[in-house]
Amino acid sequence: MALLEIQNLNRRFGGLHAVNNVSFNVEQGMIKAVIGPNGAGKTTLFNLIAGNLPANSGAISFKNTKINSLKPYQIAARGLSRTYQNIKLFHGMTALENVMVGRHIRSKAGFLAGMLNLPWTWAEERRIREKAMEYLDLLGVSDCADTEISNLSFGQQRGVEFARALATEPTLLLLDEPAAGLNIYETAEIGRLIEKIRDSGITVLLVEHDMSLVMDISDEIVVLSFGEKIAEDLPHNIQQNEEVIRIYLGDED
Amino acid sequence: MELLKRYIPVLFLLALVVAFQLVTHFTETTYYLTQLTMSAYYSIVVIGLCVLMGYGGQISLGHAGFFAIGGYLAGALTTHNLISLKHHALVSFLDKLGLLVTSSDLYGGELLTVEPWAACITAVLSAGIIGLAIGGPVLKLKGHYLAMATLGFGIIIFRIALASAYFGEADGISGVPAFMLLPGIEVSGGFGARVLNYYIAWGVLIVGIILLLNLIHSRVGRALRSIHGAEEAANAMGINTARYKLYIFVLSAVFAALAGVLVTHYNGGIGPSEAGVMKSVRYVAIVAVGGMANIWGALIMGIVLNFLSLRGVFGSYDDAVFGIILIAIMLFAPQGILQINPWQQIKSRLSLLSPKSGEEATD
Repeated sequence: MALLEIQNLNRRFGGLHAVNNVSFNVEQGMIKAVIGPNGAGKTTLFNLIAGNLPANSGAISFKNTKINSLKPYQIAARGLSRTYQNIKLFHGMTALENVMVGRHIRSKAGFLAGMLNLPWTWAEERRIREKAMEYLDLLGVSDCADTEISNLSFGQQRGVEFARALATEPTLLLLDEPAAGLNIYETAEIGRLIEKIRDSGITVLLVEHDMSLVMDISDEIVVLSFGEKIAEDLPHNIQQNEEVIRIYLGDED
Repeated sequence: MELLKRYIPVLFLLALVVAFQLVTHFTETTYYLTQLTMSAYYSIVVIGLCVLMGYGGQISLGHAGFFAIGGYLAGALTTHNLISLKHHALVSFLDKLGLLVTSSDLYGGELLTVEPWAACITAVLSAGIIGLAIGGPVLKLKGHYLAMATLGFGIIIFRIALASAYFGEADGISGVPAFMLLPGIEVSGGFGARVLNYYIAWGVLIVGIILLLNLIHSRVGRALRSIHGAEEAANAMGINTARYKLYIFVLSAVFAALAGVLVTHYNGGIGPSEAGVMKSVRYVAIVAVGGMANIWGALIMGIVLNFLSLRGVFGSYDDAVFGIILIAIMLFAPQGILQINPWQQIKSRLSLLSPKSGEEATD
């Protein structure tokens, strides 16, 4: 069984069939990319997988259990983490605190333990802080640990969001346009980072517009157009695929 | 080290409380203690609301309702005479459990009422359960809609207090007995108990502050702030946002209800004005002036503004003053009055005047 299995997934917004009978699998340990022109339904697909939107029909199974009707926090607790196309960090909190929230599902102090400041929570807090610091380090943004996130540059914010997603220690990481707004050097760097993440054992599913990045790092690619899957193959074959070339050269770019 | 930093202001507050009592003792101005006691009780509502609004990011314009649920239930249970129901199964069962007390009224008649501790626990639990029932559906709303829904709740409680004979209609409840917390320590408005009650009120308030300070510096506090910052992302990080919002709402309701119980015993009664919408607005205004996500700010403003109000400084414009404060804060200092750093302001004004000025942050 594959880590993530999507079967005949459908989602309509009024008359718009945003995701039309899409099926594909994501195998453990790979980088899989979803590409397609604007409005192809990529972000909708992500929102369906992460539980932010309910599907009209079809099934999504993660680690062999159906996650269709689960809430995002329940899906997160099962080992799926994500980043957003337009970065969604916690305002009014420092970079370190943002990443510490990523440790939420790996820790357990509740209301009562928190209010009474029970001694066992001290060690837990210390571990949360240390782990969060490690992830900031990994992303090269540890020097802005104590800065409130709205004072960070776009690239730094993206780094913090990555660190926050990784801090949950996910099995599957969903990246929604990780290279959006980055220059070519930063894009290359994020590509190396995603490969490093994959090599550490985390499966990656990403949506991306930057073709060179996708072709460089992906193990497999799914192509969506107007909500339908029109191809699923190795990067090399996708580049040769007539229909893919047609939708990219014919409709856009 | 970090713990020390958290608790040093508490120790400072404790010293201040004692110092103030001594000053009033030696200057023979102990009458100030009455208003300070009341201010401390109202500040319990304020700090609870501060955590709900400033950290959880959820507004409530109905907290006077929870205060009233606490106060009215404690007042009603400890004053309504159950003697005519003495042989009713439930009443005699409660009596056997020791939850009722017998006393005599002014005319020597026998009074059978609920013991204050039992009444207090019932009142606070009821407020918690009502908070749970109201909060479940209402906290799905955001912003203006949540404000309106909680306002509606506050109005309902106010009208119930005003219409119900059990709660004394427009007269409210009077003759509420003292609440013996421990042998020799009782909440009452008795003249000789002024100093003791000052310390009880501040003691409860300080315990409340410590609990909430701990909470906001914990994993739960971080989760609450993340909900405030970006609710969708918080959910995607595995935080059950609906449950956290509900729990913090209930916690703040419990704080308000406890304050209501204690004030009612201290004053010997409660009236419908305590349940009024303007009271809720007042609590929100105080939290806003204090800087929303700032317990100490909320506490300072809670004490100062309530004290001035209780001393009658605002005269009959009392409610108007709090309305004006709310508008002024929203317009001129949305970060709260204590965040205004005068030195920074002067510096940024000066840097505007000098031609070589850099980009100086004004906040």
